[in-house]
Amino acid sequence: MGNNNSNHGYARPKSLANKIHIDVPLLCGLLALMVISMVVIYGASGQSERMIERQTIHIGLSLFIMFIVAQCPPSTMRRWAFPVFAIGVVLLVFTLLFGHVGKGAQRWIDFHFFKFQPSEVMKLILPIVVAHYITRYALPPKLKHVAIGFIIVLIPTLLIAKQPDLGTSILIASSGIFALFLAGMSWRIITALGVAVSAFIPVLWYFLMHDYQRRRVLTFLNPESDPLNSGYHIIQSKIAIGSGGIFGKGWLNGTQSQLEFLPERHTDFIFSVLSEEFGLVGVIGLLSVYLFVISRGLYIAAKAQDAFARILAGAITLTFFVYVFVNIGMVSGLLPVVGVPLPLISYGGTSMISLMIGFGIIMSIHTHRKFNK
Amino acid sequence: MFSRQRTHIRNNTAESNLFTRRAIIAFFGVCVLVGILLINLYNIQVNSHESYQTRANGNRIKLIPTPPNRGVIFDRNGVILAENRPVHSLELVAEQIKDIKKTVASIAEIIALSEEAKQRFFKSVKAQRRFKSVVLKSRLTAEEVAKISVQLHRLPGVKIEARLKRYYPFGESLTHVMGYVGRITRKEQQAIIDKEQEAIYAATRDIGKQGIEKYYQELLHGKPGYKEVEVNNRGRIFRVLNEQLPEHGQDLYLNIDINIQQKAYEALAGRRGSVVALDPNNGAVLAMVSSPSYDPNLFVHGISSKEYKKLLSPDKPLINRATQGAYPPASTIKQLMALVALEENIVTEHTSIDDPGWYQLPNVKRKFKDHLAWGHGKVDVYKAMAKSCDTYFYDIAYRLGIDKISSFMYQFGFGEYTGVDIHEEKSAIMPSRGWKRARHNQPWYVGDTISLGIGQSYWTATPLQLAKSTAIVATSGEVFTPQILGASQGELGLLQIPADDSQPVVLKQHKHWRIAQKGMWDVVNDPGGTAYNVFKSANYVSAGKTGTAQVIGMAEDEEYDETKIAERHRDNAMYVGYAPYINPEIAVSVTIENAGGGGSNAAPIAKIIFDEYMNNRTLSFDNKLTTVNQQVEQINGQQ
Repeated sequence: MGNNNSNHGYARPKSLANKIHIDVPLLCGLLALMVISMVVIYGASGQSERMIERQTIHIGLSLFIMFIVAQCPPSTMRRWAFPVFAIGVVLLVFTLLFGHVGKGAQRWIDFHFFKFQPSEVMKLILPIVVAHYITRYALPPKLKHVAIGFIIVLIPTLLIAKQPDLGTSILIASSGIFALFLAGMSWRIITALGVAVSAFIPVLWYFLMHDYQRRRVLTFLNPESDPLNSGYHIIQSKIAIGSGGIFGKGWLNGTQSQLEFLPERHTDFIFSVLSEEFGLVGVIGLLSVYLFVISRGLYIAAKAQDAFARILAGAITLTFFVYVFVNIGMVSGLLPVVGVPLPLISYGGTSMISLMIGFGIIMSIHTHRKFNK
Repeated sequence: MFSRQRTHIRNNTAESNLFTRRAIIAFFGVCVLVGILLINLYNIQVNSHESYQTRANGNRIKLIPTPPNRGVIFDRNGVILAENRPVHSLELVAEQIKDIKKTVASIAEIIALSEEAKQRFFKSVKAQRRFKSVVLKSRLTAEEVAKISVQLHRLPGVKIEARLKRYYPFGESLTHVMGYVGRITRKEQQAIIDKEQEAIYAATRDIGKQGIEKYYQELLHGKPGYKEVEVNNRGRIFRVLNEQLPEHGQDLYLNIDINIQQKAYEALAGRRGSVVALDPNNGAVLAMVSSPSYDPNLFVHGISSKEYKKLLSPDKPLINRATQGAYPPASTIKQLMALVALEENIVTEHTSIDDPGWYQLPNVKRKFKDHLAWGHGKVDVYKAMAKSCDTYFYDIAYRLGIDKISSFMYQFGFGEYTGVDIHEEKSAIMPSRGWKRARHNQPWYVGDTISLGIGQSYWTATPLQLAKSTAIVATSGEVFTPQILGASQGELGLLQIPADDSQPVVLKQHKHWRIAQKGMWDVVNDPGGTAYNVFKSANYVSAGKTGTAQVIGMAEDEEYDETKIAERHRDNAMYVGYAPYINPEIAVSVTIENAGGGGSNAAPIAKIIFDEYMNNRTLSFDNKLTTVNQQVEQINGQQ
């Protein structure tokens, strides 16, 4: 591995942060999001101290895991990519066959002492695998490699979609596709794919979708047509957001959330709580922090040492954005409700840990640059 | 593993540049998508803010109407006749209780709970909306309230609710006047909707069903208040934002004197009959009793079907005999027959006839019998009234003819609604040629007219009509609509209900009133009068007229009952009268079904009423005070 001929990196005196493999600006962005998370969850949970306690544990644990991951050099990740991916696929198949049914979907493997969700592992491993595979060859990748890359993406995506967990499969697919895109997949292929997907939509609608799925899509397009059932969440969410106005109703004063009209207040719909209590101003503030984190992620990617690191950091960052976009789009009525949390804000340990592992990887990429010099 | 990679010639700078371009494109894409999110959020939060704000308030703010207190009803002396009493019920909110069965079991240890009540409770818990309380036991006794109250702290989700319910302290003696309130039925709800009064009745559970409670429903009801409350998505109330208090209904003061009313009800002693007492000077109803009666409080909490069946007995306690019982007036209208005869110059004060004990039309075999088989001998108008001589009135009725009789009697209100302020009333029948043609499709026969002379044949009247006609005679022609309501106390203060006088009865010769009145005086005060023995002990002077109606069965809609045929064939005892004789203040009619002679059965009840009134009148009517002696002197002076 010592044979890296990159010369444009220049030596800098190592800061303490660099020594412990932490990128301070990125960490600040992430901590800002975590503080926002605590503030909003406190209101959304009806001032539940227990929830704050547990979210603090989630945050502490995920920061710790991020720190561990950051110590681990990219080359190690690369080495373990394929074997872990293979295990992940096997676990996904296993889940489909024997998994625990929770909330109508088979996502869990019950190990008696804890429940394990293989799709979370896949979320982390897929961009590594795709980046690893595609950077084995010169870039931009050839059609053949792009095609194989797509196959790698499709296997876990379809397995997870079958569970069914549409939200996660979208996130996983996008992480793989971003890797291919950042690798330099040609515009002709992108265009062709775009055309193929648009052609596929009517086929999907008329031949592959079940009635209830069509109804769900129709409800998404016009939530007021079904105000009591599936449309209820989105209507209440829009009422919360809209009634917040420019400056919001103030912390702990959101009637939609405090009086429990809003469903899933501290998880998927936490953005609506923030919009109601802090208004458009709060929304812009939150989006600014997100944009900062994304810019920093992309900056680190661009500065990375090799193609694998660049593509991996870029894909993780963009996938992070997909979380943000899908969640906000969903609660504000732009996208159908697919069950994606607002990254680092929504209550919950699993998604926070997997996101922070991602940022650990990014930090590792940034801070291990000079080591091979 | 990396050997193949090394064989490729890689241009790191080119790859890096390619990545940077792609990353810039991606970042541009991110910005575009964030822009889309922001535009959409701007639309929702700024452009549509007001509409969403309204909907958010619609979610959380609910208006809860609060019922007004129903007006209290008093008698003329301020005695409470209908009031609102708190009724306590034990209620549970299922969502606030961990183990309902256990809670109910521990309540059952404190107070008695029937198995039926428990079952009904568990059934309604399932059907009830969330966070709404369900009644476990209603009408708690004071003792039960106390027992539960001290245990409430260890029974979360259990509460004692107090609701105001109507209570009638005098129970059955006043039922037919007062009526009662009960749950609003679907039909009544529809009527409320038709009148667009839903808002007024939004929180109201009970409505007047009969009598005064029904007639003055709108006055008594009041206006509901509203509470603006903040609720959560399960309807649980968090705080009251705003409150408008309800406006309680008007209090009513009835003309009824509860003492007279009760005396009359007790005097009837459960017999089928009626007593009505009016103030002849303004039509005020001092008492109106119908017997047998029933307890109106039974209906307030919803009467059981077993209790209700009892009320469907052949004695018909549900009917208000005072206004709905149509009885042949019998001899109680003889003074009126005398009046019309005098007016039409059929007889004069001094004309006499010879009564052999029967009356016979020229060329007709049929004899109309007098109640005295051997006859009254020589009879003038006074004696005819005092002794209730039938033959005398057969003769004048025949000579008058139906047309003159019926048109005269209409002036006294016969055959018409009196217009009293309760809805339960019948017009009864004042027959005429046209009426018989329409009703029976038959011509009027002379024989019909003769029976009319003694208040029989087709003629029927309600006890209230008889009292009203007696009042007209007592005041020499003044006519008032009988009124139960005397005054109302509302926002505007005490509002006296003015007497409702109609066209007075004007005679061609005013002195004819005196003749009729003197005839009634003779009934009571002449030793030969039919009511002399009853009233001789009275310390006031009254006038009256007895009546004994021959009947088969009674109240017009009564069914023929074979088992009681013997009793129900007996005569109805009747009496009308007024007191004092000079400046009368009270006019009564007494009717007792199948009791026998009016003089011996009905007149004593009239005396009880007069005694009660006259012996207490100085307290409230001292301005009208005249001593018995003065009255006697005046009477002697007239004669």
